[in-house]
Amino acid sequence: KQWYQRRVAITAGSERALKLTTDAIDLNTANYTVWHYRREILKALKCDLEDEFRFTAQVIESQPKSYQVWHHRRCLIQMTKDPSRELGLTESTLSDDAKNYHAWDHRQWVLEQYGLWDGEFDYIEMLLQRDLRNNSAWNHRYFVVNSTDKWNHETVKKELEYAAKYIRKAPNNESSWNYANGIIKKNKFSYDEFPEFIDFCIKLDEDKILSPFLYSTLADIYQASGKSKRAHELYEKLKECDSIREKYWIYKQNLL
Amino acid sequence: KQWYQRRVAITAGGNVNQLPHLATTYAAVSAVFSLDHEECYELINRENLKRFLLAMHNNDGSFTMHLDGEVDVRGAYCAAVVSTLCSIKSDEMFHNTAQWIAQCQTYEGGFGSRPGTEAHGGYTYCALAALILLGETRCINLPLLLDWACHRQMRFEGGFQGRTNKLVDGCYSFWQGGIFPLIHHILEGEKSTLDRSSWLFHQQALQEFILYCCQCPSGGLVDKPGKSRDFYHSCYCLSGLSLAQHSREKVVVGDAANLIKPTHPVFNVVLENVEKVLVWSASQSKTNGNKIVEND
Repeated sequence: KQWYQRRVAITAGSERALKLTTDAIDLNTANYTVWHYRREILKALKCDLEDEFRFTAQVIESQPKSYQVWHHRRCLIQMTKDPSRELGLTESTLSDDAKNYHAWDHRQWVLEQYGLWDGEFDYIEMLLQRDLRNNSAWNHRYFVVNSTDKWNHETVKKELEYAAKYIRKAPNNESSWNYANGIIKKNKFSYDEFPEFIDFCIKLDEDKILSPFLYSTLADIYQASGKSKRAHELYEKLKECDSIREKYWIYKQNLL
Repeated sequence: KQWYQRRVAITAGGNVNQLPHLATTYAAVSAVFSLDHEECYELINRENLKRFLLAMHNNDGSFTMHLDGEVDVRGAYCAAVVSTLCSIKSDEMFHNTAQWIAQCQTYEGGFGSRPGTEAHGGYTYCALAALILLGETRCINLPLLLDWACHRQMRFEGGFQGRTNKLVDGCYSFWQGGIFPLIHHILEGEKSTLDRSSWLFHQQALQEFILYCCQCPSGGLVDKPGKSRDFYHSCYCLSGLSLAQHSREKVVVGDAANLIKPTHPVFNVVLENVEKVLVWSASQSKTNGNKIVEND
């Protein structure tokens, strides 16, 4: 009987039922069934969703890591076709926690759906100026380039220069190295197509920069160009200075 | 028993009277198969379960977590595990899934929740384990993945972080640590220089992190010192400990009595149970006239 009453309330849609879901969500934001019922009620009541956007923004403020509230937000946008608040919302969430996975996921979805790419590189730059170790921002840069451009030689060269700028500032920041190495490897280029980047790495080594990321990058570069002995020496160095990964460096040596 | 039946048998949602959900389904099925009684296995309604998995599958290969719910790679993993253990897998159920998962691999080598999102330990584990269950591991960049995974172990703490430049967390002992037996499984198929006696991460350092830093003095395990205990961290810290101990040559930090049971790297169910389950469910599908699912 309870179940039946519930179904009637949902299909008829009632303000009281809506209020019940608000209370239930307050008790447990992760109750995905209640969020689903709420959407059904909102559709049945043909609500103006302006209030609903405000409501979800409040829930996100207090529970920014709930899958359900972010998904609900996405459903609202799909219902209203109105993404105008989302860049502001995600920017606000990310100013509290610059790596909130749901916020970045949501932002990416909105950008892709509605093509709101304008100003996105500036936003990433602002975040990296604030914290150049923000790996989510680096990942987002890859996403934006990937969505708006082609990974041809010119693009990779430009992005390598961008990464190099940040590597120089903090040679032990893994994010910038992962970006540089990743854009080459993921897009099936080879290091020898980017001599400026190779020279950049060699110069860092000559300047005696101590960075396991530099050494492993150089090892890959040397391996690719057949300089196995130099690569081997670098893996010896890595076994010393990055000993937590000793087994991996031995494995890489054996592949030479 | 009736109470138990109600909770497990039909919907496998978060609770009775909730929508069925892939994660809770995975948890329920794993829990049932972690028990030692075949009569518990029979609580699972395989036909309903198959229908549910098919309903959650999307044309692009991805899985939705529940009706009108979110899509991410956890769905593919949950569906792959549950369908394999219950012998209800079909080509239709996983059409395009491997290709969709492959799109989740980022420039860093790990996998995100969906195509484009940041490489993350939990999602990477789900992606790789699902691909192994689907027999489709050739569509990914394995060297890039291995490099990323190896770099997730923290040189000071010994435990694993979930993403580059983030903090260590005990639960990644399993999500990240678990990637290594999976990679070994894939590489063993090829001629390789892999040292087969141990995993490619620092097993001792991980065990030390779990034992010294992740135990709550009153019992249970935690994310990191200062955090409170919960079942999730207790489960995944211990699962990670098990993997770190059970390479082909055992590695046991501390007392020999610290050795815990081996867990299956793909299902995360105690190893000795998995064989039993697969035999049981194969006989179920034989009884129903379905194709028997072969598993290695």
